[in-house]
Amino acid sequence: MKSLADLQALREKLKADIKLRRNEGTIVIVGMGTCGIAAGAREVMSAVLDELAVRKLVDVQVRQTGCIGMCEKEVLVDVIRPNEPRITYGKVKPEDVKKIIADHVVNGRIVEELVVGKIEQN
Amino acid sequence: MQHIRAHVLVCGGTGCKSAGSKDIQLSFAKNLEAYGLQDEVMVVETGCHGFCENGPLVIIYPEGTFYCKVKVEDVKEIVESHLYKGRIVERLLYREPMSLEQVPSYSEIGFYKKQKRLVLENCGAINPEQIEEYIAVGGYEALAKAVTTMSPQEVIDEVKKSGLRGRGGGGFPTGMKWEFAAKSVSDKKYVICNADEGDPGAFMDRSVLEGDPHRVLEGMAICGYAMGADEGYIYVRAEYPLAIKRLRIAIEQAEALGLLGDNIFDSGFSFKLHIKEGAGAFVCGEETALMASIEGKRGMPRPRPPFPAVSGLWGKPTNINNVETFANVAQIIVHGADWYCQFGTERSKGTKVFALTGKINNTGLAEVPMGITMREIIYDIGGGITNGKKFKAVQIGGPSGGCLPENMLDLPVDYDSLIAAGAMMGSGGLVVMDEDTCMVDVAKFFLNFTQSESCGKCTPCREGTKRMLEILTRITEGQGVEGDIELLENLAKNIKETALCGLGQTAPNPVLSTLKYFRHEYEAHIKEKRCPAGVCEKLANYTITDACRGCGLCARNCPVQAISGKIKSKHVIDQAVCIKCGACMAACPFKAIIKG
Repeated sequence: MKSLADLQALREKLKADIKLRRNEGTIVIVGMGTCGIAAGAREVMSAVLDELAVRKLVDVQVRQTGCIGMCEKEVLVDVIRPNEPRITYGKVKPEDVKKIIADHVVNGRIVEELVVGKIEQN
Repeated sequence: MQHIRAHVLVCGGTGCKSAGSKDIQLSFAKNLEAYGLQDEVMVVETGCHGFCENGPLVIIYPEGTFYCKVKVEDVKEIVESHLYKGRIVERLLYREPMSLEQVPSYSEIGFYKKQKRLVLENCGAINPEQIEEYIAVGGYEALAKAVTTMSPQEVIDEVKKSGLRGRGGGGFPTGMKWEFAAKSVSDKKYVICNADEGDPGAFMDRSVLEGDPHRVLEGMAICGYAMGADEGYIYVRAEYPLAIKRLRIAIEQAEALGLLGDNIFDSGFSFKLHIKEGAGAFVCGEETALMASIEGKRGMPRPRPPFPAVSGLWGKPTNINNVETFANVAQIIVHGADWYCQFGTERSKGTKVFALTGKINNTGLAEVPMGITMREIIYDIGGGITNGKKFKAVQIGGPSGGCLPENMLDLPVDYDSLIAAGAMMGSGGLVVMDEDTCMVDVAKFFLNFTQSESCGKCTPCREGTKRMLEILTRITEGQGVEGDIELLENLAKNIKETALCGLGQTAPNPVLSTLKYFRHEYEAHIKEKRCPAGVCEKLANYTITDACRGCGLCARNCPVQAISGKIKSKHVIDQAVCIKCGACMAACPFKAIIKG
């Protein structure tokens, strides 16, 4: 390491690995209530993680949540981009995940046909 | 590579490790595999979070959920419920000791809310055995900035302007110390980090070394650059094996990346570091004794001057600072002295880490801005006194410090007001005492410690502390005589003025401060032969109350036949014969015997 710039370049590369502990970036939430799991939430979760890995989106947080009462619409997946409303997608199948991540998580375009709810963040 | 969606931070500080955190870590690995989560959840061993009372601690991100007192049996439930299904395991959350409310996240806990963690910011948040994590949070940028963009004098000026004072005891301005060493002309100079943390109850230096070792190395390298030293020693006690292990790893990793060694950042500045393990003598925390120990001589202090800045290790100019002091340096260089000055008071800048121990609910490490009151530390952060007892005194500054009573609780905690009150910042040990504590006994405890740690080189310390300890012992045994208090004061004054080093000069402080604030307790012991707190065994009087049923068990258990009475009627203890052993009290099935 020969300069401050070298160090900063290394830091930029390493920063993403611990970003998870800083609460920044886009959040994807998968409903993992009994209803969600029965409807295949685990498979959806795996698809989300695979897609994020393929695209190297290391700073996206993936969380789970319990049943929110819309069991009929499981598997539910929420996407929250910083300073944007929380979008809930319903009846998500593993094969839908690619599109949600490509369109919404990466490019900020909501996948309208799957949306079941929208919550304004304050 | 899989996407890592969660980090499980398992505390690997000494406290949590001894409570079994290593097994918990292994159990996480096993259970994650059982649920097929091993590629999406990462387990990280961190340094100490400071909340040792509630260990072993496990923190799960991204939620920041704070689990305490985790057992190996709990791991399966955490993996299944939290990591697989996303449901927090509520029974393992922290409960506030006063309100009994459950708190889910790290940042909401009362213990952390009032803290200002500058020195400890990475402790518990990063893996101390991976330099990459330290660099990811901005590590070594201060060193790079200093050696590539600042002159040594500019570094010294910045540290001087920050108002940083030594965190190890006396509170000498760090920048001035560096300047003295920088001005000494020599072909060779040394930087020493004093990690010989010996105060009973103090463990902040250990936690910094275990939790964030690179921060200390970085501070030392910056000091080396400022004063023109190319070599440094970390003098760390051998009783800190984990700290030593992590320091070794840290030095190796920093050398591999060229952050220590020759020509750092292509600036022409070179810096090498060695670790010297101390054998655990308290006096080796004194700088001249410490240097003698590194040189392979007996750890004994020598008179100053010459000061180490002029003639230190092997006769070369040397600068010695404590662990916490070095840990402050990087942030001062990165953010600037003006930023640093916003924390603290007029003459005491920045923060101080305190080790909370004794009769307090949240024992552990707390870092607070200078100037906060003792009451805030003990009640808001420390969670108050255990078992709802009444506060009596707080001992601050270790064996060199003093005891402060309740009416001093609103005293702002900074170097100068503590000295004025008869205590000192010292290394920052805080021992909280409740109403059941005898202050004469406390003074005796601390004096006993310094007495046995006295190296014996100078007479005032070797003989004086011995005589003082004899007087205190006879007072607690009911043999105190009129004039003992005055004799103690006289001896204390002499030792303070004539002892060779800091150990002796401050040894009488616990006696003087308890005499100042709790003189009546000494008087009760001497004049009334009574220990108001009921601690001193030889002064205790055992009496039998009317609850006695006359079973005769006490009389049969008394080793000196001091108890007499007829069966089925109340017994009595002959105080002249009683040896205060307490066997009767332990034997009584009706709790009819009281001590007082």
